[in-house]
Amino acid sequence: MSNIPETGRTPRVQIRLVIIQVLVFSLLLTLGGRLWYLQIRNGQEYEDEAKNNHVQQVVQPAVRGSILDARGVPLADNETRLVVSASRTDLSKMPDRGKAVLTRLAGVLGMKPQDVMDKVRLCDAKTPKPCWNGSPYQPIPVTDKATTQQALQIRERSEDFPGVTADPTAVRRYPAPGKSNTAQVLGYLSPVTDDEITKAKDTDSPYLRSDQVGRSGVERTYDKQLRGKAGVTRYEVDNLGRVIGQAQSDKAQPGANVVTSIDARVQAVAEYELDYAMKEARQQFDKITNENYKADSGAVVVMEAKTGRIVAMASAPTYDPNVWVGGISGKDYQALTGKDSDYPLLNRAIQGQAAPGSTFKVVSTAAAVEAGYKWDGGYPCTSSYSVGGQVFKNFEGESFGPISLGRALEVSCDTVFYGLADNEWKKDGGINPKKGQPKDYFYKAAHQFGLGKVTGVDLPNEVTGRVPDRQWKEALFASMKDSWCKTGKKDGTYVEKIAYENCLEGNKMREGDSINYSIGQGDTLVTPIQEAMIYGAIANGGTMHAPTIGKAIISADGKSVQEIKPKVNGRLPVTQATLDGFNKALAGVVTSGTAAWKFQGWPQDKIELHAKTGTAEVYGKQTTSWLATYSKDYTVVMTIAQAGTGSGASGEAVRKIYEAMYGIDDAGHQDLKRAMLPEPEQSLPKIQPDGSIDAPSVAAYDPNAGKTKDKQQPDGQQPNGQPQPANSPATNVDNRNPRRD
Amino acid sequence: MAGFSVPRYAPKERGAFAKLTARDSVVRRLDWPLLLAALALCFIGSLLVWSATRNRTNINQGDPYYFLIRHAMNAGIGLCLMVGTIWLGHRTLRGAVPILYGLSILLLLAVLSPLGATVNGAHSWIVLGGGFSLQPSEFAKIAIILCMAMLLAARVDAGDQPHPDHRTVMKALGLATIPIGCIMLMPDLGSTMVIVVIILGVLLSSGASNRWIFGLLGAGVVGAVLVAALGILDKYQINRFAAFANPNLDPAGVGYNTGQARIAIGSGGLTGTGLFKGSQTTGQFVPEQQTDFVFTVAGEELGFVGAGLIIVLIGVILWRACRIARETTELYGTIVAAGIIAWFAFQSFENIGMTLGIMPVAGIPLPFVSYGGSSMFAVWVAIGLLQSIRVQRPITA
Repeated sequence: MSNIPETGRTPRVQIRLVIIQVLVFSLLLTLGGRLWYLQIRNGQEYEDEAKNNHVQQVVQPAVRGSILDARGVPLADNETRLVVSASRTDLSKMPDRGKAVLTRLAGVLGMKPQDVMDKVRLCDAKTPKPCWNGSPYQPIPVTDKATTQQALQIRERSEDFPGVTADPTAVRRYPAPGKSNTAQVLGYLSPVTDDEITKAKDTDSPYLRSDQVGRSGVERTYDKQLRGKAGVTRYEVDNLGRVIGQAQSDKAQPGANVVTSIDARVQAVAEYELDYAMKEARQQFDKITNENYKADSGAVVVMEAKTGRIVAMASAPTYDPNVWVGGISGKDYQALTGKDSDYPLLNRAIQGQAAPGSTFKVVSTAAAVEAGYKWDGGYPCTSSYSVGGQVFKNFEGESFGPISLGRALEVSCDTVFYGLADNEWKKDGGINPKKGQPKDYFYKAAHQFGLGKVTGVDLPNEVTGRVPDRQWKEALFASMKDSWCKTGKKDGTYVEKIAYENCLEGNKMREGDSINYSIGQGDTLVTPIQEAMIYGAIANGGTMHAPTIGKAIISADGKSVQEIKPKVNGRLPVTQATLDGFNKALAGVVTSGTAAWKFQGWPQDKIELHAKTGTAEVYGKQTTSWLATYSKDYTVVMTIAQAGTGSGASGEAVRKIYEAMYGIDDAGHQDLKRAMLPEPEQSLPKIQPDGSIDAPSVAAYDPNAGKTKDKQQPDGQQPNGQPQPANSPATNVDNRNPRRD
Repeated sequence: MAGFSVPRYAPKERGAFAKLTARDSVVRRLDWPLLLAALALCFIGSLLVWSATRNRTNINQGDPYYFLIRHAMNAGIGLCLMVGTIWLGHRTLRGAVPILYGLSILLLLAVLSPLGATVNGAHSWIVLGGGFSLQPSEFAKIAIILCMAMLLAARVDAGDQPHPDHRTVMKALGLATIPIGCIMLMPDLGSTMVIVVIILGVLLSSGASNRWIFGLLGAGVVGAVLVAALGILDKYQINRFAAFANPNLDPAGVGYNTGQARIAIGSGGLTGTGLFKGSQTTGQFVPEQQTDFVFTVAGEELGFVGAGLIIVLIGVILWRACRIARETTELYGTIVAAGIIAWFAFQSFENIGMTLGIMPVAGIPLPFVSYGGSSMFAVWVAIGLLQSIRVQRPITA
């Protein structure tokens, strides 16, 4: 400013010019400061916002992996359907917003134009379904049931159908090889919900709006592996949503295949025989209720005894899992889950629980040994056992005199176990034990046998069953006391009397409770999978395995094989001597005990079977039948609700399963060619780099295949001919067990 | 100072080129930093206009260079106008002020007549056809500066009085009222604001009594309050104002422009995405990006460095203008220069400020940078006036 020349002007103007200059430069400084604040200080924030602004994703869904049986036979795979989709981005560029194109499309597909337009409109709060709630940049499927002809028409006249594509797309399919539908084990898929998308947003396997999610069974347990990773192409778009460049793309990674230990053939046999046994049971007359058995539900588990791998698992009633594909209709959904349905979605092998009946006696026997009772001691098997005026009867008043524990197990003598349990109850202090006094051998053993908790099978929502020990009684009493005391009457109905008693001492372990408990009646609940685990452990020398369905995860190209190793839950609390005793006694059940009448002619010398039958009383209902069996390699457990005795309801069916696996015919001859699975499957199926699987074909199960020639049908049909209505020989004889289980 | 180093010797014979480059020649006496800064802004502006429009097929007639070429052409014409203005000289123009003033009033009236066209809610254009249109309010700015300067400086420069008296100030204000009234009727709020600030700058530099300065400021405040209270403003103008005050209030509606502008600038960071690489610009998320919001292109694609350079260049222009205002010996030149300073300063501040979200959105261009012929011509004429004041200074000394 020193070089300002003399202008001869007044200082007022000069000062004001300086003021102007100061004002001007403070304005510029303000701009600079604000620019720094936006760009440098908060730059990242705006950069993110800009990204959200202009990047849109288009998703190429990954093909879901298949669920295979142990030999590679697909239990769940994908079929290719022709899906016709419309791109909103393209349609919105047209002057009429695609109306003409969609109308033409409706004509080709034989749909109403309005229906097509409804399908491609975007969902919002005011739009009723149908509408599209995925990304507007995603091609929106109009139908997944286009015929080849329709697809060709659309493709050949592409100029008439801008923005419309007809592409083959993978859709889930449950092919039921050999009529094994395996519904509850496989589970099902349904579209992902908003909540799930939000929750999984920041995990390593986020969901896409178009994803189908496994809701149950193997589909759910191994959902992450099966789902794979969707391919995402990120497009840069302008303010009108027009694509102006491709930013980045990740290729879709197809989901891995899950190899299960299920054998589709054995599964088919198990399903058929369970269903058949239930139908048969409904023909039988129940003398107690004076009506035919209802046999309304049942389950069967076939398990590898040495590993816990499930070879077959069936639950009845069942359903066709294909109803879920492409979205289940409201009517179908109601039929599967409504109040009037018989809940076929339940997997009763892991979600059905009932009192174990006499199958529980292995636990009681182990408890007795643990409590110090000699295996070979002479325990009185009287016709009844009286306690304080209450008489506990042995089945049909039988008596065998003093017998060993093994013999008691074999003949299923109730009174022996009554006596042992009663003794222990008294030792434990009776109705009012001192603190810390009760040893509770019988209850402890149940827990050690894995009852009252889940087995850890790799299927969702397994139930725990129940051990009605002192703790449980206290907890129940705390929650039920008020209602018991309100409804209880000393001289009322049976229910009122029970409530009255419970109100007085429902928190206490009563003598009768312990006596009933020792033979698996009363409040104890077990699941078929728990029984399979216990009897499998007895078969394999004492190791309890967490049952597994999944055997290996094999990538879509077969290159990566990740085996799922059997998991050990623990060991049975028994010595080898006790196990030997069990084996002998349970083999005796097959040869001369409660199951013998169903296993006549079984080649016991070649393939030694062991069994324990059970009949559980259920208040207000018919008895639940149990049959727990094992061979050297397999455990088969079957239960049917409201079906009578274990051997009577399930003996035939379980034998048929063994016959199919080992290739035994009616006459007891083994034919290894016909044997489905004489030994557990060791190898894994091979998957080729192109994704194809070398799987053998599975023929439907022929229940009459094991019939020897002399018992052939009179019309001369070939034994290996068409599957025919099963007519097993046992149906013609009296199907009542002469002995109670 | 740059451009004013004294040559060691003078050539004896002067050719045409030598005459131009001689020590006392017009070319030598030009304020080169001022000219170079203005040229640099034009150059940056053409890149930004190019980047903003090469994808806008709806307005660029399918030619990505459409706006680039026109912007360069406008700058060229502007440069010619500057040369013409220097050649004529601001003193010659003083004589022509009544004609210029009358012409600008006529043009403004033409806009208000059916000849005028409405662009973005402002009825401030005359469409000439062939893709050309005229915004007379830009030229009115020059006319107002010149005519007020002439009135206010006449008796002071004649040595009759040290400062313009009240009657002169009143006359000057009265003359300014007519074009302001026309512009307000359009309504063109942005130009009105700029002209009010120009008048303030003119009065301030003329040495008019403080009463006038504060009176005018007070009148401005009262007027603004009245306008808001009486609902004289159109709804879109109020909306624009609300969006500035709270741009996140309604990001899909009123706040969209400012919100998108701020995202564009903010996402540029220190060095920007690089020319043509800004997603906000390429994706056309910012409306009016080649004109009023051209600064957002700089912010996004050139970053803090590039956008800051624009502010610095404007600073250079204003710094040189301030020097010229201070150094000239006659009040007329000082007032003209001060009027131009107020014009450039406020218009730049308002334009950049609205893209940065610190000023309400008003449709006025960024001098030299924004696309638009009328504005480009007017600012180059203004540069010509400044150069003329500088060039002619020594003669009166």
